[in-house]
Amino acid sequence: MSKNVIASSAVRARKLSADEIAEIEHEMKLYPDKRAVGLEALKIVQKHQGWVSDESLLAIAKYLNIPIADLEGVATFFNLVYRHPVGKNVILFCNSVSCWIMGCDGLREHIKKEVGIDFGETSEDDEFTMIPVPCLGDCDRAPVMMVGSDLHRNLTSEKIDQIISRYRNK
Amino acid sequence: MAKIVIDGVSYEVNPDNNLLQECLSQGLDLPYFCWHPCMGSAGACRQCAVKQYRDEEDKDGILVMACMTPASDGSIISIEDDGAKSFRSSVIESLMISHPHDCPVCEEGGECHLQDMTLMSGHNYRRYDKKKVTHLNQYLGPFINHEMNRCITCYRCVRYYDDYAGGTDLSAQATHHHTYFGRHEDGVLESEFSGNLVEVCPTGVFTDKSFSENYTRKWDLQVAPSVCTGCAVGCNTTPGERYGSLRRIVNRYNSEVNGYFLCDRGRFGFDYVNNDDRLKEAVKQIDGNEEVQSKEKIREVLTEIANGATIGIGSPRASNEANFALRCFVGDENFYSGMSDSEHELSQLVLGLNRDPSFQTPSVREIEKADAVIILGEDVTNVAPRIALALRQSVRNKALDLAKDCNIPAWQDAAVRELAQHERSPLCVLSSYVSRLDDIASDSLIDSSANLANIAYAIANKIVNSAPAAADVAAEYNDVIDRVAQQLSAAKNPLVIAGTSSDNADLIKAAANIARALSKENGTNLCLLVPEVNSLGVSLLSGTKNSLSSAFERIQNGSVSSAIIVENDLYRRASHNEVDSVLDKLSNLVVIDQLPNATTAKANYLLPSTAFSEHEATFVNYEGRAQLSFQVYRNQSNAQSAWRWLSDAEDGDVDALVNRCAAEAKGFDKLGNLLPDPEEFIAGMKIPRQSHRYSGRTAMKANLNVHEPKQEEDSESVMSFSMEGISSQKDASILASSWSPQWNSNQSISKFQEEVNGELKQGHTGAMLIARSETAGSYFPPPTVESTNKLQLALAYQIFGSDELSAQSAIIQERMTDAYVSIAPVDAEARDIKQGDMVELGDFSAKAIACIRSRIKPGTIAVYCGDNQIDSHALAVNIGILKFEDSNTGDGKGKGKGLSGLIVSDLLEEEY
Repeated sequence: MSKNVIASSAVRARKLSADEIAEIEHEMKLYPDKRAVGLEALKIVQKHQGWVSDESLLAIAKYLNIPIADLEGVATFFNLVYRHPVGKNVILFCNSVSCWIMGCDGLREHIKKEVGIDFGETSEDDEFTMIPVPCLGDCDRAPVMMVGSDLHRNLTSEKIDQIISRYRNK
Repeated sequence: MAKIVIDGVSYEVNPDNNLLQECLSQGLDLPYFCWHPCMGSAGACRQCAVKQYRDEEDKDGILVMACMTPASDGSIISIEDDGAKSFRSSVIESLMISHPHDCPVCEEGGECHLQDMTLMSGHNYRRYDKKKVTHLNQYLGPFINHEMNRCITCYRCVRYYDDYAGGTDLSAQATHHHTYFGRHEDGVLESEFSGNLVEVCPTGVFTDKSFSENYTRKWDLQVAPSVCTGCAVGCNTTPGERYGSLRRIVNRYNSEVNGYFLCDRGRFGFDYVNNDDRLKEAVKQIDGNEEVQSKEKIREVLTEIANGATIGIGSPRASNEANFALRCFVGDENFYSGMSDSEHELSQLVLGLNRDPSFQTPSVREIEKADAVIILGEDVTNVAPRIALALRQSVRNKALDLAKDCNIPAWQDAAVRELAQHERSPLCVLSSYVSRLDDIASDSLIDSSANLANIAYAIANKIVNSAPAAADVAAEYNDVIDRVAQQLSAAKNPLVIAGTSSDNADLIKAAANIARALSKENGTNLCLLVPEVNSLGVSLLSGTKNSLSSAFERIQNGSVSSAIIVENDLYRRASHNEVDSVLDKLSNLVVIDQLPNATTAKANYLLPSTAFSEHEATFVNYEGRAQLSFQVYRNQSNAQSAWRWLSDAEDGDVDALVNRCAAEAKGFDKLGNLLPDPEEFIAGMKIPRQSHRYSGRTAMKANLNVHEPKQEEDSESVMSFSMEGISSQKDASILASSWSPQWNSNQSISKFQEEVNGELKQGHTGAMLIARSETAGSYFPPPTVESTNKLQLALAYQIFGSDELSAQSAIIQERMTDAYVSIAPVDAEARDIKQGDMVELGDFSAKAIACIRSRIKPGTIAVYCGDNQIDSHALAVNIGILKFEDSNTGDGKGKGKGLSGLIVSDLLEEEY
């Protein structure tokens, strides 16, 4: 089952953690313009929090002193900045040409059946979220997908079952 | 000049422009979306593709985007080429893929640029039959409706709102087919210029909310050229009426004044006209009872009054005609401008400086061209909003200069912005509180107005030694004084802005000193702002000595017993106690006004007057530019123009009065030039106020009588309340609403301009009344400043609320705040005041909400008086402030709006 949590509007900013601030400060030294740090800051917060809540978005905007609307523009531009909570493991599932030729549609159905999630959905146990990506640059070993930061190639239904159970038991 | 060939015809064009601009300037039809005359090119929509050929031999050509291609000499292009045409029709087809088929229920329908372009590009059959992309809409506040499904992602909205108007709360979000234009969450659009989105959006994503709730198609509105009465800028507008009520206001192009844009006060602040409280009958008020009077009876009363000692108090919000008729009625020496004493004095000072040949008063367009600006004490965004939008363009001149050096054309918008990054022309703001222009200011000095004036005197002295030096200026300002003096001296086209709303003559005088010190050949740009639509007009009509207090004195000492007040609530002009005692002394008080107020309550005879949309009138803006505003429709009650109550029937019509004013009133000699010459109109036919598609005329009164009534006649105006006549197309000088075949939207204006962004053909930009004298004035000496340990007061203004009439409009009220006092954190702490507490001012009962702002200078406060909630004229310059202990009960005076509508950048927040 999918679980779409739409957080209520952030009235207050979340307090950024010391680690987050330290990493953002580091990035600020590398760019001449605070606006340019926006994307890095979003990635930093996502690394620590798993996703970017409205409260986090407001916190970054305030910290960098940039309009929150601009930051939201950046956050929503990139598929991999999560503005909804995601599961512990994010499956980046390639549905581009090579993987499609190699039968990724069937694998997608398989995941739907086994894990209960389709694109943009999170499993009920909060373990997995699946997101489509256009290409992972490994077409000669299609179909491919990533789970977290690991790439899995030459996928089959059986392989997917193994992968899923491995991450589930982690 | 360059020569280019378009479809075999040769044209002389400006090579600095792009091909799209030149095609439109030459009157050719070429569809476009993302390009806007004021915002340059983005090249995003691909709709303006044309074929360009290498030379005469080249038969194949290549497709280029006209908006991204310079009109360089020798260019050969074709709009009509089959390849270009089919490309454009494919582009519009893909732009239209998810566009809903909802034109019949869309507010844009009938004046939609997208409809026009779709038709022009030949896309008339929808092949796509799949599911369309849909979006959620946002709540954007009381002014603007959001309907994202209609979006064709041309990016004009964010390019206008963010890049042009400096807004920060609208952005482009997500990508490809789900690109979204909105706020980060539901909420009021903060920009004071958000209403222009309605006209900037080529389709119906952003529409006028109040108009939508009371909707009429463009062609069913009765319209006439009008002038905004919200402030002294005098933006040109087109109000539209249907069934006797005013429905909306849209921009009317004037190359010198407002160009394509209005502020939200001007666009949305008209609803008071439709207010049920409008005065409808002439009444005699006795002990709270009203007795309706006939016009004849009123005439008798006025004649009787005229025989005795009577004074007339005019108004800066009344037209020249109303003020002049009053002056004629009571005699020059008995006519008073009706401004507060200090404003009267400051306005006369402004008038004097506007005649000084060392200066020139810039139009809004000229303000956009300034390359260094200093603002002294004026909160431009809240006092003369349209000028704040122009200042946002002026700081871009640095970017345009940089681009020029790199051979980047000015219309290459993205490239110019990319090149300039944060480089801006200098803008120095001296203010008592952080203004809304702070984000673009190179220097922003916050201090008491006395100290600011001193700093300004010091800047003048720094520019030229002969300008008198100021007494003690705090050493912390030395650097900035040096820097600003240097920036202004180095500028080719510097601009100094001050005005009367700061209520400090020294700021105006110091502004004059700076402008004089800069000494430019044709006069330095000195822009002196006044607050109301006709502040300068009434100042020109009234004697310098005729201040309000001298009028009050004559009443108090019994030398006059009758007064006529025209469209003026004196309780806004002097302290309430004083006005009470003066008005109670009068035996005859005649008040003419549109809406009830504290002054009308005191009248013995109260006469209803018509609103700006219900009569023809002239107003003088901050430059001394007189402009004519036409009647849009007839008021159906017994209200009539203020001047008509005061004139004999045989005195003739408004044109006769304008001509008489031009002949008799000093300084008004050019006023008559504003009147259109009926001889010029084809076959002597009038200009219709209704479009040739105006519908429902036979039916609109059928609920009253099935016989269609005769169309109302307008014997006075060159316009008629009808659809018959020769409409003001192309070459006519009065153009309420532009329309051209295939161009139903406001983009049709290019058909009426000399060239894109140019003056209108036979343009009507107004008549400049104030002539420069021969002799220049001299430097003003700085005052000596007395130190005080009380808090120094400055008055604050709000775009929504500080204007008396627009504040009576329901949707403006949704954006208003209660009276508040801005105070520094240390001063608040010393008095145990917390954010949002109710506080008492001085030693009387004025109460306001405390607004603790981090950048208010300790020792100063800025008070916003609300919609006359606080008697500003009773406030001392040095003032005490106390926490109002019983803050929970309130005093019933506040309207309960709180501070939620307040948009300031330095509101003190708790640590997050």
